[in-house]
Amino acid sequence: MATTRRTVDVALATTGLDERGRPVRTPLVTDASGSAIAVEEPPMLEPELGGEHMLINIGPQHPATHGVLRLVLELDGETVVRCIPHVGYLHCGFEKIGEYRQYNQIVPWTDREDYLNSIGNNVAFALGAERLFGLEITERCTVLRVIAAELSRIISHLVWLGTTCIDIGAFTPFLWSFQEREKVYTLLESWVGARLTTSATRVGGMAADIPDGWMDGLRAFIGAFPKTIDEVDRMLTKNAIWVGRTIGLGTMTAAEATNYGLSGPMLRASGVAYDVRKDFPYLDYETYDFDVPIGTNGDVYDRFLVRMEELRQSVRILQQAADRLPDGPVNVDDHRVVLPPKSKAMSDMESMIHHFKQVMEGPRPPVGEAYLAVESPKGEKGYYMVSDGTSKPVRWRIRPPSFVNLSAIPKMVEGHLLSDVIAINASIDIVMGEIDR
Amino acid sequence: MTSSSPVARAGDGGAAGPAPVTPHNVPHRGGPANPTAEALRSRFGDAIRRIDVVWGETTVIVARERLLEIVRWLHDDPEQQYDYLSDVTGVEFRDPEPPLEVVWHLRALSRRRFLRLKVELPRGTPLEVESVWSVYRGADWLERECYDMFGIRFTGHPDLRRILMWEQYREGFPLRKDFPLRGRFSRAEQLRQALAANPEARYSMEELSIADAFEDLPDDMRQRLKAGERTGE
Repeated sequence: MATTRRTVDVALATTGLDERGRPVRTPLVTDASGSAIAVEEPPMLEPELGGEHMLINIGPQHPATHGVLRLVLELDGETVVRCIPHVGYLHCGFEKIGEYRQYNQIVPWTDREDYLNSIGNNVAFALGAERLFGLEITERCTVLRVIAAELSRIISHLVWLGTTCIDIGAFTPFLWSFQEREKVYTLLESWVGARLTTSATRVGGMAADIPDGWMDGLRAFIGAFPKTIDEVDRMLTKNAIWVGRTIGLGTMTAAEATNYGLSGPMLRASGVAYDVRKDFPYLDYETYDFDVPIGTNGDVYDRFLVRMEELRQSVRILQQAADRLPDGPVNVDDHRVVLPPKSKAMSDMESMIHHFKQVMEGPRPPVGEAYLAVESPKGEKGYYMVSDGTSKPVRWRIRPPSFVNLSAIPKMVEGHLLSDVIAINASIDIVMGEIDR
Repeated sequence: MTSSSPVARAGDGGAAGPAPVTPHNVPHRGGPANPTAEALRSRFGDAIRRIDVVWGETTVIVARERLLEIVRWLHDDPEQQYDYLSDVTGVEFRDPEPPLEVVWHLRALSRRRFLRLKVELPRGTPLEVESVWSVYRGADWLERECYDMFGIRFTGHPDLRRILMWEQYREGFPLRKDFPLRGRFSRAEQLRQALAANPEARYSMEELSIADAFEDLPDDMRQRLKAGERTGE
């Protein structure tokens, strides 16, 4: 069994080390100097020990499956021989329902698929619909949407961090990350009135401009949040237990990750620098100065490092967006698409007609189709919409990143221990609402 | 990021060509097509039925019989390198006239190209198209979902069975336009079936055969296993 060449400095002594400095459960060995550990890959299947295989069912009602994922595992002793995932327990038919709704009426459905990234989904959907309508949004709206998308990325990564810590056995970072997440939710609440189901965007703009003084709250958050990242960093990055439980698990090479269609931190941890924000930009992301962190080994530990760095990069983007937020209108000045103000609709004949037509029929895009992908916290999230010229889409397709990422789980867990399945599953960052839709 | 971190930073992704920018004022029809479209036409000729550019995105409609060959060429050819499959899905129009479409969204990550491939499945012909699983492993679940929702069979897929709906689902294919929004069966019938369902039946035949739990199975499942049934059709 080849040992991986990586060494990780372990800064924290833990009670889980035996007299030779080895954590008790994890396959770690101390090197000659005693300061670093070389980490062996977990033992692979040993055929000579093959006895009777056992079938284990995890989920759908299991807290470590992040919702209603069901994994059927064939075990040889404690080693996974085969994994058969089952999804669909949360299937609601969002795409079917979308075919019976006007474009703006679909926005609330986008909240409910990847519910940790609801405002990011709103932004993505609105961008897709605007491409289908051929609309150019205003500059202020662009910057506001960048702020919304990055706040949403922070929320999602924090939930990922907290729940993954819980899965692996650390409790404190969960409290820290959920505390910060509350602050973001409070910001969102004062902006759009809702915490989780934001429904913040409309085709051609936003449901609301930010209230007075909101940017001060955002700046305060940007100033304070990196401290929490540093705390979590100190707590986990060099922690022997954390390293031992995450390193070398669920490894995907760059070629495999690309071929399996992984995206987001899953793909970047494998060393493929594909970020939709850089490679197929939207919302003028090319004008922001930020880095795309990539890993080298494609294991659970690298995915953790990539997500931690993405939190820092999101703060950088937020800082730049806060500095450049221009004044001006949020919505486009086209009342065939955006509702006129209520006062005008009650006094001006043309506005009233627009108001009536929009409420009763909804805006109509020209015949065509558009696929718009954004970099959601989970990966490439795409909305593919086909219009036949009516006010309701013929087809509304969600390209769910965690669905595709999860489809690689049989490949990732085979040969690993049962307890590592939980860590690998956590590293995918799945949201069943998005997988099942 | 601490200095000991093995995570490297990639500035602009390291891809070839100038840094891309957000597209603005994209025309509805026309505009520059992805150069791959012309390369496809010169190589495959008649198999390329049509090339459309809609909202700046290039769509290539190809012949059903040669789909796998075309996708494999796009993946393998050093000039193209479409190494990433974003999505596989189907489209059915409300108008019964136009054919069903199967849509593949491909990306060439190193060249930052995006291409939409389409195959048309005319009415009255079997809903079948070749699977691209042998080229992209990521097609596994995407094709299963497309089969589950539209009933389009992907020949050559190793494990084509329902994914979001359950194996014993008998109402049809939900995203087809002839499928009513509230389901094909009445609420009473749906409830009756749900109450009568055997929870054990949520295990697929394949998994139960691993467990050697044959003797413990309910009678109806034993019969289905004996009959060699594997997936819920």
